[in-house]
Amino acid sequence: MSELLPTVTVITRVIRETPGITTLVFDREMVFNPGQFVMVWVPGRDEVPMALSTGTSITVQEVGDATRELCALSEGAKIGIRGPFGNGFSPRGRTLAVAGGVGAAPLLSCALKGKVETFLLGARTASELLFCDRLEECTELATATDDGSAGHHGRVGDLMAGRDLHGYQSILVCGPERMMEAVFHTLRQEGISARGQFSLHRYMKCGVGVCGSCCMDPGGLRVCKDGPVFPGDRLNGGEFGKYARDASGRKKNV
Amino acid sequence: MVSLLPGPVRAGGVDLKNHLILAAGVLGTTGASLQRVLSLGAGGVVTKSIGPFPNEGHAGPCLVVMEGGILNAMGLPNPSSDFVDELVPLQGEPVVVSVYGGSPEEFATVAGWFAGKARGVELNLSCPHAAGYGAALGADPRLVEACTRAVADLGIPVWVKLTPNVTDITACGIAAERGGARALVAINTVKAMRISTGMRRPVLGNRFGGLSGRSIFPIAVRCVYELYEACSIPIIGCGGVSSAGDVIEMMMAGATAVQIGSAVHSDLRVFERIAGELYSPDGEPSAELVGCAHV
Ligand SMILES: Cc1cc2nc3c(=O)[nH]c(=O)nc-3n(C[C@H](O)[C@H](O)[C@H](O)COP(=O)(O)OP(=O)(O)OC[C@H]3O[C@@H](n4cnc5c(N)ncnc54)[C@H](O)[C@@H]3O)c2cc1C
Ligand SMILES: Cc1cc2nc3c(=O)[nH]c(=O)nc-3n(C[C@H](O)[C@H](O)[C@H](O)COP(=O)(O)O)c2cc1C
Ligand code: FES
Repeated sequence: MSELLPTVTVITRVIRETPGITTLVFDREMVFNPGQFVMVWVPGRDEVPMALSTGTSITVQEVGDATRELCALSEGAKIGIRGPFGNGFSPRGRTLAVAGGVGAAPLLSCALKGKVETFLLGARTASELLFCDRLEECTELATATDDGSAGHHGRVGDLMAGRDLHGYQSILVCGPERMMEAVFHTLRQEGISARGQFSLHRYMKCGVGVCGSCCMDPGGLRVCKDGPVFPGDRLNGGEFGKYARDASGRKKNV
Repeated sequence: MVSLLPGPVRAGGVDLKNHLILAAGVLGTTGASLQRVLSLGAGGVVTKSIGPFPNEGHAGPCLVVMEGGILNAMGLPNPSSDFVDELVPLQGEPVVVSVYGGSPEEFATVAGWFAGKARGVELNLSCPHAAGYGAALGADPRLVEACTRAVADLGIPVWVKLTPNVTDITACGIAAERGGARALVAINTVKAMRISTGMRRPVLGNRFGGLSGRSIFPIAVRCVYELYEACSIPIIGCGGVSSAGDVIEMMMAGATAVQIGSAVHSDLRVFERIAGELYSPDGEPSAELVGCAHV
């Protein structure tokens, strides 16, 4: 076992992707499976899980203290990185990707590797659609916005209607839990929930399967170690889509 | 190798399915997770330490894995009284609830929530990185005795978990015994720290933390050995156990059963694996092994 202390990593480029989302490119390349995540140490603040958007970057949405500090970093700044951790996606055959908001981050590298045939991307408004240009180059991209400012006026899950879902062997999903739940529901109705691969978010403290903060009901699966990507048939009848836990372990709605 | 005769185990007033117990704070935050560890072969489980108020724990990094061990400063994150609901699906299972507080009264309050809902309670008088809690009380034998007595009065079996970060662990063990403890658990983590040379600052958000895993096994064996000489209630060994040989060694030092925490990091099936090697039909009764190394 090699030591897993955080590796000091230097930011070499900062890309403002959308008004609330920033990509941090770093000075070293990580070997990883798309969908795996790293624990990012913001010195003096906190350590938070982030998907790798490529082998040399994370893509961060500002939602609180740690992410605000990350998004404000400039070239030359240092962060610590542990990982990559977790399992990642396993696209097989014809693959559909469904992403909401910053959920496109872990799916970008799948698409860049040519593994995704069709990519459905959603956001609140046109300026928040993440990675549009890069995705258009490597997949058939369809977009949806809540306010109708680009693509379909409505939810990204709506874009599944009318498509031959049975023609896809893998359906990779990442986004807000309510959006993922809607996709899950559609796949279940079609009887193909096992083809879905859902990347879940739970509060993570250790990232390595020891502390228990990310465990899911009813089976006690650890999102950090047994996931974060789970096949749809493992999400039946549990907390998915219903509740999650906060830093103290108290239940909260998703 | 020495092996053990399989059979029911009783330690400190609690019936267990085998000698191997999940240690506090490891995968112990939810009922489903505890249930999973039981179904993977643990003879009993101890929950995350539960306190008088919900607590988010320390800022990260909270935990780093190293060669031979884990360094953590979780800071006792827990949902407090909400945790009572997590135990509903575990009725009848060998569950011990770990509790902490800042005074004997707080220990009694929290333990009281679980009376009749768990087989026993384990007092965390030993966490090395929670200001005002854990080892802050557990290093003082008078407080150890007072906290133990306050909970023992509730009539539930009380285990007292001790810190190795004191000059004389037996003084705390004797105090717990005097307070009415049914068993001693030794040990909690060893106070420790690492520094990121690249960042020129401590790695853990809390700066200091506790070391667990293989590297503390010799310290845990020494503590169990010392306690066995000084006390007459059962001792539950904890610290760095990761193989059947470790279990036998801990028992020879004086442990009636053992707890296992960090070893789940590399192997969630550690309980099944150890049990597979530990027990055999022609093994020795555990009573012949416990404390046999006291020469
Ligand atoms: C496997 C995984 C991959 C992720 N990938 C990305 C990504 O690529 N890009 C991105 O922008 N975000 C990602 N996130 C979410 C990201 O971790 C949170 O947005 C971040 O932790 C918020 O920290 P904060 O201090 O800014 O917010 P806070 O103000 O502390 O909290 C805001 C919300 O963020 C969540 N959060 C806070 N801390 C954690 C934590 N330690 N673990 C999980 N959730 C937390 C909570 O739901 C909280 O309600 C991922 C989360 C997980 C679990
Ligand atoms: C992540 C983590 C969290 C822990 N949380 C607690 C806790 O809440 N209460 C407690 O009494 N001990 C806690 N401990 C200490 C363990 O229960 C155990 O005493 C210690 O890790 C030594 O055993 P091990 O080497 O088998 O892990 C924790 C240990 C770890 C690694
Ligand atoms: S974050 Fe600790 S077990 Fe998953």
